[in-house]
Amino acid sequence: MNKIEEGIKPIVKKYKEEVGALIPALQEIQEKYKYIPKESIEILSKEFHIPVPRINGVITFYAQFRTEPVGKHIIRVCHGTACFVNNGDSIMDTVKEILNIEVGETTEDRYYTLEQVACLGCCSLAPVIMIDDRVYGKLDSTKVKNVLKKFKEVEND
Amino acid sequence: MTNIKRVKIGMASCGLAAGAQVVFDNLKEDLADSNIVVERTGCIGMCFREPLVEIEYNDGHSIIYGDIDGKKSKFLSQKIKNNEIAEELVVYIPGDEKYENDHYHKKQIKIVLRNSGIINPESIVEYIEKNGYKGIKKSFEKGKDWVIEEILKSGLRGRGGAGFPTGLKWKFAGGSKSDMKYIICNADEGDPGAFMDRSVLEGDPHSVLEGMTIAGYAIGANQGYIYVRAEYPLAIIRLEKAIAQAKEEEFLGENILNSGFSFDISLKKGAGAFVCGEETALMRSIEGNRGMPTLKPPFPANSGLWKKPTNINNVETFANVPWIIVNGGDKYASIGTEKSKGTKVFALTGKIKNSGTVEVPMGITLREVIFDVGGGIINDKKFKAVQIGGPSGGCLPASLLDTPVDYDSLNNTGAIMGSGGMVVMDEDSCMVDVAKFFLDFVVEESCGKCTFCRIGNRRMYEILDRITKGKGEMKDLDELEALAYQVKNGSLCGLGQTAPNPVLTSLKYFRDEYIAHIKNKKCPAGVCKALIEFRIDPDKCTGCTLCARNCPVDAISGEVKKTHIIDQSICIKCGKCYTACRFDAVIKE
Repeated sequence: MNKIEEGIKPIVKKYKEEVGALIPALQEIQEKYKYIPKESIEILSKEFHIPVPRINGVITFYAQFRTEPVGKHIIRVCHGTACFVNNGDSIMDTVKEILNIEVGETTEDRYYTLEQVACLGCCSLAPVIMIDDRVYGKLDSTKVKNVLKKFKEVEND
Repeated sequence: MTNIKRVKIGMASCGLAAGAQVVFDNLKEDLADSNIVVERTGCIGMCFREPLVEIEYNDGHSIIYGDIDGKKSKFLSQKIKNNEIAEELVVYIPGDEKYENDHYHKKQIKIVLRNSGIINPESIVEYIEKNGYKGIKKSFEKGKDWVIEEILKSGLRGRGGAGFPTGLKWKFAGGSKSDMKYIICNADEGDPGAFMDRSVLEGDPHSVLEGMTIAGYAIGANQGYIYVRAEYPLAIIRLEKAIAQAKEEEFLGENILNSGFSFDISLKKGAGAFVCGEETALMRSIEGNRGMPTLKPPFPANSGLWKKPTNINNVETFANVPWIIVNGGDKYASIGTEKSKGTKVFALTGKIKNSGTVEVPMGITLREVIFDVGGGIINDKKFKAVQIGGPSGGCLPASLLDTPVDYDSLNNTGAIMGSGGMVVMDEDSCMVDVAKFFLDFVVEESCGKCTFCRIGNRRMYEILDRITKGKGEMKDLDELEALAYQVKNGSLCGLGQTAPNPVLTSLKYFRDEYIAHIKNKKCPAGVCKALIEFRIDPDKCTGCTLCARNCPVDAISGEVKKTHIIDQSICIKCGKCYTACRFDAVIKE
């Protein structure tokens, strides 16, 4: 048994008998690997009796799913209305400038992956970004620079 | 000895993002050797003053402090220990005349948000103390017909935006014969600029569980699902905890409170598709498929999830239900207007002073919500528009500020009530750019099933993009309008049917701005980069060099203490010089 097969075994077991469990199963695979490895799709197809193209159809439909490996941390820059009205575009520009990557890309050191989200629902603190599960609000170009700098420092402590 | 009972810190996502964790940790540590309880609560509502700390005294009164950071929390804990009041940090004292007369509090009625920011959302005991789960007990006593009758009497309409009468929906689903029925709570709050449901789920999750259980009992369903956005991790954690507690206390599970009625609730996490907020798409998603809408009829009440009768309501709708059951439909119906009863929660954001969640009676005017409750525009700038209802709604101008907030009046303006996002804009927002922003969103989120929604919205986006780049023609406006009606008529679900609303309302109320972009090649708000130019006013420039140092492309030249010049051929119009200048010498035109 190879590594991925071994790795997703408990997930397959948990959801195999449940009807309509493809999405939660994919979500747990992604939680584990931060993306959905191609091999896991083939295993799911066999175990869940769902054709590979149908699984790919589901994966590509939902914005949450990724099929490429990502960096250690994910930065989500909010593109909601309140952020938009409060100059959120400049936050995205600054983050891109600091990390030197575009949306969907990962930094060379594989530390950050940059994503854009429709709305994080923290509109009172607009503009906001989210690093992993934590939200940082009331940002401007200078503050977002500090957030990124501090984040790395704290982790390397 | 202190007469303080407990200290509560607002720890919903907003509070946490503003730094509430440090405040919580500090207070917990500093007060560890006292008998004061330090605990977390949900959204207190005054998001503009986060992080918020509430001190509850033994005699029942309380004081809310705001803008507390790490340093201030140390100061505050000292004050608490000395049994003193930190006057300079007070933002609100419930019951105190000075604060209660403030429009922010006076014009709000809290039904949905009755417990939010008051109880610890992770404690079922505190929910029960506030009449929690009394609604389900009363429902069992009175019977299911009475429950549906009471909801009908209350006049409650779907708070997800469409406004269908909730009681009627329950009646239809209740009347369907089947071995299995389902209740779904739509917590896929996807409108950008809306976070009412998140506040409820994070601040008072049990109210939603109880509302769903009452609905399940009324229509004869034994299984419920909450379809919640994966972008709301804290709401998911609080719901998971609440479900576990409710099961333990036998408010969920087999034979609830010995009534013979069984009901269970499972969480389903959304995977990031806005269209799944549409009920048929949402059900396809729970079934494990691509979340694409299907034709109605059949309506979910007859054939919904796994082709079984299903009743689907929004978070806010469910949160109203226990209150209505306990206090009576008549009492609920006494609030609001003839056709829109009760209250509505809005997420007030944008260029507004008191940004946060507010709950107001139906029938209040937009002006009251924005200027009285919301406190007006930041920096007292001029109000330009309010965007309500998100991508399905519209932009309303100052001349419509006296429109009452009810389903029908708002529909008449071309906007919709929507789920409750209310984004206020001042003179710095360009309406063409805002329309483009929403179209960009729907182009991205259209599932692609209907041709008009898939291609029509994209064509409209391209036209708007041309206009914002100064390449628009007058005939574009007619084409935009024609396309907008075709998309509305040619789409199957609510997403496509309402997607052109932001364009149509901005064309109707802000046509002059479109014309300025097309004919004069100017963006009056100074937003559209292709149509603006930055210049330096030689009379104001002191030659401090700050602008030149901030310019990322070295487009600004000039010697120290002499007037600087921007080279237009290099300038990328990022506006950094404009923000950096301390003498207002950079002009944007």
